[in-house]
Amino acid sequence: MPSRQYATFEVADQLFGVDVAQVQEVLRFHEYTRVPLAPTSVGGLFNLRGQVIAAVDLRVQLGLPGRDLDVPAMNVIVSVDDEWVSLLVDRIGEVIELDDEAFEPPPDTLAGAYRNLIVGTFKLQDRLMLALDARRAADTTVPVPVQHTDEGRLAHSA
Amino acid sequence: MDELGDIIQEFLVESHENLDQLDRDLVALEQDPGSREMLSSIFRTIHTIKGTSGFLAFHRLETVTHAGESLLSRLRDGAQQMNPASADALLAMVDTVRTLLGSIEETGGEGDVDVESVIAQVTACIEDPSAPKAQAAPAKPAAPAAAEKTSAPAEEVTPEPVVDAAPEKASAPAMVAAAEEPAAPAAEHSPVTPAPAVKEPVAEEPGQNAKRSIADSSIRVDVDLLDTLMRLVGELVLTRNQIVRGVSEVSDPVLARTTQRLNLITSELQESVMKTRMQPIDHIWSKLPRVVRDLSGSLGKQVKLAMEGKETELDRSLLEAVKDPLTHLVRNAVDHGIETTAERVAKGKTPHGTLTLRAAHEGGHVIVEIKDDGAGIDVERVAQTALDRGVVTRDQLARMESREIIALVFQPGFSTAKKVTNVSGRGVGMDVVKTNIEQIGGAVDVDSTFGVGTTWRLTIPLTLAIIQALTVECGAERYAIPQVGVDELVFVDGHSGQMIEHVSGAPVYRLRGKLLPLVRLDETLGLPVRNSDRDVYIAVLQADGRRFGLVVDRVLNTEEIVVKPLTGRMKDVGVYAGATIVGDGKVALILDIPSLARRSHLAAEAAERAQVDQVDARLRGGDIERLLIAGIGERRVAIPLDMVTRLEEFPVERIERVGSREVVQYRDHILPVIRLASLLGCYDVSEGETVPAVVYTERGRSVALVVEQIVDIVEDHIESRSDLDDDGLTGSAVIQQRVTELLDVRRAILAADPRFYSEMSDYNDSMVGA
Repeated sequence: MPSRQYATFEVADQLFGVDVAQVQEVLRFHEYTRVPLAPTSVGGLFNLRGQVIAAVDLRVQLGLPGRDLDVPAMNVIVSVDDEWVSLLVDRIGEVIELDDEAFEPPPDTLAGAYRNLIVGTFKLQDRLMLALDARRAADTTVPVPVQHTDEGRLAHSA
Repeated sequence: MDELGDIIQEFLVESHENLDQLDRDLVALEQDPGSREMLSSIFRTIHTIKGTSGFLAFHRLETVTHAGESLLSRLRDGAQQMNPASADALLAMVDTVRTLLGSIEETGGEGDVDVESVIAQVTACIEDPSAPKAQAAPAKPAAPAAAEKTSAPAEEVTPEPVVDAAPEKASAPAMVAAAEEPAAPAAEHSPVTPAPAVKEPVAEEPGQNAKRSIADSSIRVDVDLLDTLMRLVGELVLTRNQIVRGVSEVSDPVLARTTQRLNLITSELQESVMKTRMQPIDHIWSKLPRVVRDLSGSLGKQVKLAMEGKETELDRSLLEAVKDPLTHLVRNAVDHGIETTAERVAKGKTPHGTLTLRAAHEGGHVIVEIKDDGAGIDVERVAQTALDRGVVTRDQLARMESREIIALVFQPGFSTAKKVTNVSGRGVGMDVVKTNIEQIGGAVDVDSTFGVGTTWRLTIPLTLAIIQALTVECGAERYAIPQVGVDELVFVDGHSGQMIEHVSGAPVYRLRGKLLPLVRLDETLGLPVRNSDRDVYIAVLQADGRRFGLVVDRVLNTEEIVVKPLTGRMKDVGVYAGATIVGDGKVALILDIPSLARRSHLAAEAAERAQVDQVDARLRGGDIERLLIAGIGERRVAIPLDMVTRLEEFPVERIERVGSREVVQYRDHILPVIRLASLLGCYDVSEGETVPAVVYTERGRSVALVVEQIVDIVEDHIESRSDLDDDGLTGSAVIQQRVTELLDVRRAILAADPRFYSEMSDYNDSMVGA
């Protein structure tokens, strides 16, 4: 049975996962350089072994209040279009292997920012994991929607 | 098949190099038409291309070069003289060859490039075409023998030039040359053909030998590899910076020494790697003689091109980026700068203009100057055009220095060309040059004296990746400013009374008497604004031909930084040119000076508008800002300060009476005096020894307005005012929390001297009449 590995993490008590193949590394970091005038979802820039990496605040991307960047945050560094972007998350979870069977499209009741970033849901034993579209999650040029938009396109991008 | 492909590839590379050489040689040849050496060199180059194209079965190429070769051999042998027509024909031939090579490169075949017209043009230049072929016979035996012996695979090709060149060589003086020359082409031929063994016949070719030895000591390196090296060195520089900083905090002598070595080695390594990417500017200059020649020819001008500092090196990527702007500036100088021969002679200049290109290293930058001794830039005309195109307003113009006006040519949509030629003046002009140069972190500048000439000056960084930058602090973050745009640093010292001033809300600073528009970095970046106009630093920056000051909290230091490009999401912000990693390992954003400058222009314009309003207000006698407050009895009267020429104290006894009026002797004149107290109908209570008076002088006529006391000079906005229609007053206003009457100065003056303005208007009339 075909299956996939997901790196999981929590944001605002919700479990998310991204395809493990996209994850470069995970680290804790606290010295971010703010980028004035940039979209609020850009938490800041930091130096990862000589590379300048932009950290994207997933809370803002999900339509929640931004994170306090003066306390260390967990960075999930994903590779999007040959560029490394850090997703700021609350807590790192395990890497889990999931059968494609367990996959379901996002529930109709899921709305707004969440719906835009999610490609589907996985039913775990005790909770749900939302599979994140890393590219959308890292894209700060799109204003965070209040209402969900084109749902067909979302299903396809999985 | 692949092998053949490789051969073609090599042929293309070599031919392109040869063609560039050819362009230079042909233009040089025109200056020195008799140079056999030059002719031989050109002949050999064409011959090489021809030989190989025959071998590779590129027949069109072969026929074109063949025609060129025929003409060249006549020139070389002195059968006919080089003249502009033959130079044009040969250059046209070179162009066709280039087109053919381009087609081969792209499609693998010659395509359907028209070669007939060029062949006709070249053939037409051959004088005495009737020379019978038969006479060529004597020249024949020696040459083909040499060629056939040496180059086996090319044998079907090499005999050709000899046979074909022969008819032109038929004339008697060429006989000796005919025997020795074909040997040279055969030798030159050799590196291209698959039989490199051909070399032996000519040991007397020193150029050839030199070329070899250079080839032996150098290798070709993939540019990508160099880019990678450069990137790695960049990282190393940053890491070095961090270590140096870290070690300075621990004070360990051994570690300090090691660090110092690391520091030196890194710098040397950086320099060496940068050198590998360096190419002399001649690479892009070498095409310019041709450009200048063709252009000046078509415009009926004579232009001498001088080049200084050809060997000046800069990074290849920068070289590439500078090429187009440079060519544009050169074309512009020939087209608009240098006058036609007739105009020059009329002005008493030499008939030929001189265009000087100069390149030199200067303080971590490469300076490239394009200088002509042409007409210079007409400031008036630039100003007028700028007005017509709406680039500036009349008021802005009035306040600009001529240098600033000239810099307007860099504004988008600006072109002063009277007529649009196919050369320049197509609307894409200097603004594109400026944008391109700024994109690589450089700057462009122009200096011109009308009638004498113009100098364009490009300041180009040595390399793109590593730049000198000033680091500053604003709010909690550090920012880097490319050093190229920084003119000076100013500390606004609150203790010595310096401060930032405001002209209707726009911050300015008095820098050596001139107002410098300011941009507050914190405000621009939307950070919390520090409410201080003192004890801040101003970085005086230069961009868009204008200076402005950037207000920051602190200036830290200058350091070498490696520019890291920003991703699209940050670029959209527009204020940042990139990011870098500074000494302590943190990321700092690099500020984009031109976009900050654009913001400053908005501010500066606001300031200018305010000033204009102020002037207008003064003219209307309306909202006067600077006022002299005088006390008359219990009343306060305000007099516009520009109606005050001097303040005087007159002894009471010196005020004399003439009829019903009072006068005072003042500087050998009789000065009419009016007491404001009596004018305004209040008691004159002044009983001192002297009385203060406001003297107003206009066009040699003066009056004195005697007041009781001078209270103050205020600068104020008059917001609340009422139009009390009292005699001698224009109204009243609240100034310094007190109701103050605004004096109708004109009326007061007339009361003192009824003819003050009437004679003035006579004067004005006569002025208009004149």
